[in-house]
Amino acid sequence: MKIMASVTAPAPAPAPETKQRRYLDYGQPLWRRVLLTREMAIIALLIVVVIVASAVVPKFGTTVTLGFLLLDVTPILLIALPMTLVIITGEIDLSVASMVGLSSVIFGVLYQAGLPIPTAALVALVVGAVGGTINGLLVTAVGLPSLAVTIGTLALYRGLAVGILGTTAVTDFPRNWTQLAKEKIGDTGIPIVMILVAVLAVIFAVVLHFTPFGRGIYATGLSAEAAQFSGVRVKRTKLILFVVIGIISALAGIYYTLRFGSSRGDNATGMELQVIAAVLLGGVSIFGGRGALHGVIGGVLLIGVLASALRLANVTSDVINIITGMLLVLSVVSSSVLAWVQSKRAKPAGRSAGTPMQ
Amino acid sequence: MKLANRLRTIAVLATVSLALTAAGCGGGGDGGGEASPGAEASAPAENANLAITFLPKNLGNPYFDVSGKGGEAAIKEFGGTYAQVGPAEATPDAQVSYINTLTQQQVGAIVISANDKQAVCDALTEARDNGVKVITFDSDTNPDCRDLFVNQATAEGIAKVQIDMIAEQIGDAGEIAILSASANATNQNAWIELMKKELANHPNIKLVDTVYGNDKDQESFDKTAALLQSHPDLKGIISPTTVGIAAAARYLSTSKAKGKVALTGLGTPNQMREFVKDGTVKEFALWNPEDLGYLSAFAARAVITGEIKGTEGEKFTAGKLGEYTVGADNTVVLGDPTKFNKENIDQFDF
Repeated sequence: MKIMASVTAPAPAPAPETKQRRYLDYGQPLWRRVLLTREMAIIALLIVVVIVASAVVPKFGTTVTLGFLLLDVTPILLIALPMTLVIITGEIDLSVASMVGLSSVIFGVLYQAGLPIPTAALVALVVGAVGGTINGLLVTAVGLPSLAVTIGTLALYRGLAVGILGTTAVTDFPRNWTQLAKEKIGDTGIPIVMILVAVLAVIFAVVLHFTPFGRGIYATGLSAEAAQFSGVRVKRTKLILFVVIGIISALAGIYYTLRFGSSRGDNATGMELQVIAAVLLGGVSIFGGRGALHGVIGGVLLIGVLASALRLANVTSDVINIITGMLLVLSVVSSSVLAWVQSKRAKPAGRSAGTPMQ
Repeated sequence: MKLANRLRTIAVLATVSLALTAAGCGGGGDGGGEASPGAEASAPAENANLAITFLPKNLGNPYFDVSGKGGEAAIKEFGGTYAQVGPAEATPDAQVSYINTLTQQQVGAIVISANDKQAVCDALTEARDNGVKVITFDSDTNPDCRDLFVNQATAEGIAKVQIDMIAEQIGDAGEIAILSASANATNQNAWIELMKKELANHPNIKLVDTVYGNDKDQESFDKTAALLQSHPDLKGIISPTTVGIAAAARYLSTSKAKGKVALTGLGTPNQMREFVKDGTVKEFALWNPEDLGYLSAFAARAVITGEIKGTEGEKFTAGKLGEYTVGADNTVVLGDPTKFNKENIDQFDF
């Protein structure tokens, strides 16, 4: 609801009315809008978990842990960026992990066929764009629900990936490239690839939060019809996002291949759910129209940190999954409960002071 | 607003405490908090770090539950610390996270069944650079990423045991057929070639057909039916794949051929139990995963203590299994597959 307010707020309330009437730009002061959000709750939780894990779990608070952790979450973090935008428009892309696999296989096969690494990578990215375009056209031009379309392409792209390479793997990638995928920035423990992630994160954040295109994404998610009537090119917006998520998934596939030095058809199987879980944990509404990128990055890191700390504390993978799952359910439930409480509270207040929307 | 804030705080606190309790439980539950006995471990001899962790392809897999049991028994015998960790899904990337974690914990050795020959290699190399010994079992990595590979059986051993069993069951004479996995299955094809060579020692047995059920239950079932129809004099079927032998047994158990056409091959006791008990199958074989885990644990100990380096020709003793010699490619072979029949099948659960 807060986001809704901020969506409409930047369009400055024109006051050509005869009576002088002042509208507040925002319903709440700045510190409240920044700090008392779901995104901040996730980031605060992340900080608490990091502090506690550093104190309690032996060997957690080291640069080595940081390095491994960031390497592990990088593909998820990469895909979570465009996934956030796609989910905010009210759509979803379940084919991302299959695209990671397909791009990994294309990249590997072309390298094996003698193409230099950059060329093979470029072709893999093009394949990602084509895959994304297929998803996008089926959703926008044909008008099918993205859930159904991308379940189909999830199977299709994975099938192609496994079909091309079969049960074999391409593994003889040049050492300097595989090393680059793991290289750290000096002694910080932070992998070099994080620079790429950071640049992309900034680009996506600017596009989503500070451009008309980004406003259109929120508007589309809140009500596609209303957005259409207000001049947002809804179909074009969605198509662009599907192409972008295809390209970024292919990029994640190239990174994945180099990091593990192995191109396989079954690479990253099931990763789409990890990505979507992190995005939802980060405060993005699955119904669209609500969410912010810093929350999503917090969500990805929170899942990564929890998994890493629990592994170091010798907790089995099943329990780690249970905890991540409960966290996700709790976060979704808490947001509905809060929304309900706020709507209860807003009604009586609405009579005295004019609430911006509703 | 106040109520909303309070609720928000409660929600956050609840999630935090949930996460923390879980972390705390885990830390205390497994092996008493400190997962890294390191130097202060109660090493029985030579002050060696005998914290040995099994890292199977995935958890919740009965095969690896049994191999882990064998490993635990061995480690108890020589007084080390046993642990088994692993991902929920059998993927190489998830295994890499666990290898990294074990490297940080400075365990004595990782005993791993690799999900990919190459993808886990760099992580294992990093582990070895940090003093962790790496033993592969069941499924190997590239040889330069580990200290030693404990192989469950050689291809020759697997081929020979199957021919021996069928020869015994059909009186060393008559027509036999093979029901394999897919036509390009690497393992099965290698075994079938070796079985054909082995058949030279059994001149009265004639291999009349090789069919492929593609490791699918229904396809294998149908192929068995077709085999019996096209070869009315068939005396026996060998199925060197667990899916094939179970499907063939299911077909035979309800057909007239039950008890007349012998069936053997590679299967798991749990899949085959009912067919052994109802007389459809006399005897089949597979390596014993419990022994595999047991041997792997002793191999890990031998490498940790420096008793062996993992090079060809070295010898070490593996408890009740006796003495083993490291062969080519730094590999130790468990030995001949175990045969399962009416008498012993109830001792196995995998």
